[in-house]
Amino acid sequence: MAYLELHELRRAFGPVVALDGIQIELAAGEFLSLLGPSGCGKTTALRLVAGFDRPDSGSIVIDGKDITRLSPNRRDMGMVFQAYSLFPNLTAEQNVEFGLRIRKHKRGARRKRVAELLELVGLGHAGKRFPHQLSGGMQQRVALARALAIEPRVLLLDEPLSALDAKVRVQLREEIRRIQTQLGITTLYVTHDQEEALSVSDHVAVMWSGRIEQVGTPSEMYGAPATPFVAEFIGTMNRLQAVVVDGDRGEVEHAGTLLTVDAARGRSRGEKVLVLVRPELLELEPSTNGGTAGDNTLGGEVVTHTFLGSVTRLKIQGREAELIADVPTARVDSLPVGQPIVAHVPTAGTRLLSLNEEPASDEPDQDGR
Amino acid sequence: MRRRWIAPSAVVWLVVAAAFFLIPLIATLLFSLRSIQTNKCCSGAAYSLIVHDHQFWSTIRLSFQLALETIAISLLLFVPTVYWVHLKLPRLRPVLSLMALVPFVVPPIVLVVGLLNLYKGAPSWFYDKPYGFLATAYVILAFPYMFFALDAGFRSIDLHTLTEASQSLGAGWGTTLTRVILPNIRVAALGGSFLTLAIVMGEFTIASLSAFKTFPPYIQVVNESQPYEAAALSLLSFLIVWAAMLALVLVGRGRPRPAQVAATR
Repeated sequence: MAYLELHELRRAFGPVVALDGIQIELAAGEFLSLLGPSGCGKTTALRLVAGFDRPDSGSIVIDGKDITRLSPNRRDMGMVFQAYSLFPNLTAEQNVEFGLRIRKHKRGARRKRVAELLELVGLGHAGKRFPHQLSGGMQQRVALARALAIEPRVLLLDEPLSALDAKVRVQLREEIRRIQTQLGITTLYVTHDQEEALSVSDHVAVMWSGRIEQVGTPSEMYGAPATPFVAEFIGTMNRLQAVVVDGDRGEVEHAGTLLTVDAARGRSRGEKVLVLVRPELLELEPSTNGGTAGDNTLGGEVVTHTFLGSVTRLKIQGREAELIADVPTARVDSLPVGQPIVAHVPTAGTRLLSLNEEPASDEPDQDGR
Repeated sequence: MRRRWIAPSAVVWLVVAAAFFLIPLIATLLFSLRSIQTNKCCSGAAYSLIVHDHQFWSTIRLSFQLALETIAISLLLFVPTVYWVHLKLPRLRPVLSLMALVPFVVPPIVLVVGLLNLYKGAPSWFYDKPYGFLATAYVILAFPYMFFALDAGFRSIDLHTLTEASQSLGAGWGTTLTRVILPNIRVAALGGSFLTLAIVMGEFTIASLSAFKTFPPYIQVVNESQPYEAAALSLLSFLIVWAAMLALVLVGRGRPRPAQVAATR
């Protein structure tokens, strides 16, 4: 049964519709990330749940109780903000203690809980420091401890890592997941970073233009994107426009080349489709005749190399479309810039979306990387 | 280690600035130390006469009490107002800024005549008492100083995030204002209070025209007949105001500098 439910939430700011009737359900103890580019409405959704804003219509229900009109200080939501939000006049300990003082907990119980939480976030030694004496990562850890101190019904995290450097960001997101799992707290996490969302969440909801495009587990989102927007937003995807030639054999035609993909089986002849192939699934080899060679291959020429560590990303100028392929860095020397290549499109593992069903959201913002 | 040094031009400017402020004070001190009988230096008779004059103490006490009352009313009135305007009604900020300039534009003599007419039928506990009428006028006079100081303070913190963080932890508006916001605009509130104190301690026109015996009219009365005592009085009032400001600084100390909160909204 759902613990937190967002029913048909709608919020407009003048002519701009920030949320267009979103519907989300979270089970108790679940970690759900709202993922999307800037301006997609994810922070608006979080602020409605926190009570900092009111929806134009729709409702928010926690544990069967409608809290849509409840003021934020009565909702029992722990929140970690994108900006450093520690009270500058209070020490780390006093910041964590703040919510407990408001709730009039006894001094001894407060002290014990503060010490436990600071230990939990690895800052047992820094309790007496003021926010300006803490690094950004430490401040966000204290903010997390402060949000957890009140034993919130739902933990809300509004891009809490976006102001931190890359290494700290990875460390802290793992910490957040560890603590969330340990405490079993229902968590709603807002981020525009798909790597962050996929690595820590039980479920991810991709948002765009005030709507939920798809909700699923991280592997579902990556492996089976339901819309072109999700396909483009989650990871990098090659998008090849094609027409179904033979639905029984799974054949499609892209730029005059016949490709066989399992996902095309059962499709009707003449249907316009988008063939989606992840860069790591394309197999490249140097072309000897400078063009297409063999079955299920596309010809092209290497245009650029981008070193990404264990793999190198190659941009290939094909006959009609540009392709992206990830190859192990160890074998990239055999595929220098300017080298004609052939790219093998796998029969299995390739996704297909009907262009007839494609919504308006086919040109996503690249903010999500 | 590199030695820090001060540029000669900076020294020159420091000396010029120090001279600008110190020469009148030293001249006043020397003048006040002249003997009443011989007109020659040096005698403490003027100071002795002043401190033994009960009017000196009663007027300075009244001015000081009025200053504290004005500060208290101004803080109670303007802190929540400026907070709310910054938080919920940012479009009203330019309107408030414009209103705050009015006391600069309207001369005190016009203000006092207007206020005397405005409050003419008011109850005597307000109209006839300095703590009512005069304090009201001083709150108006102090408005620009208090407003612009607080405005700068509120702009230096991430008001929205601090407020929302406080509310998410269960605090209501009152608790948020007193325990989260106020401590973080303390320096701005103190700045506004200093200026208010200085204005009220030196305000002559309104007090004189509304016939209240505060400290500045007393200085003026002494100045008319006792020049050495008036000089001594000026110096004493200068020292007293500085001591009061120092006391405010000490009251406001004791907490570390608040960190700048990143504003990312």
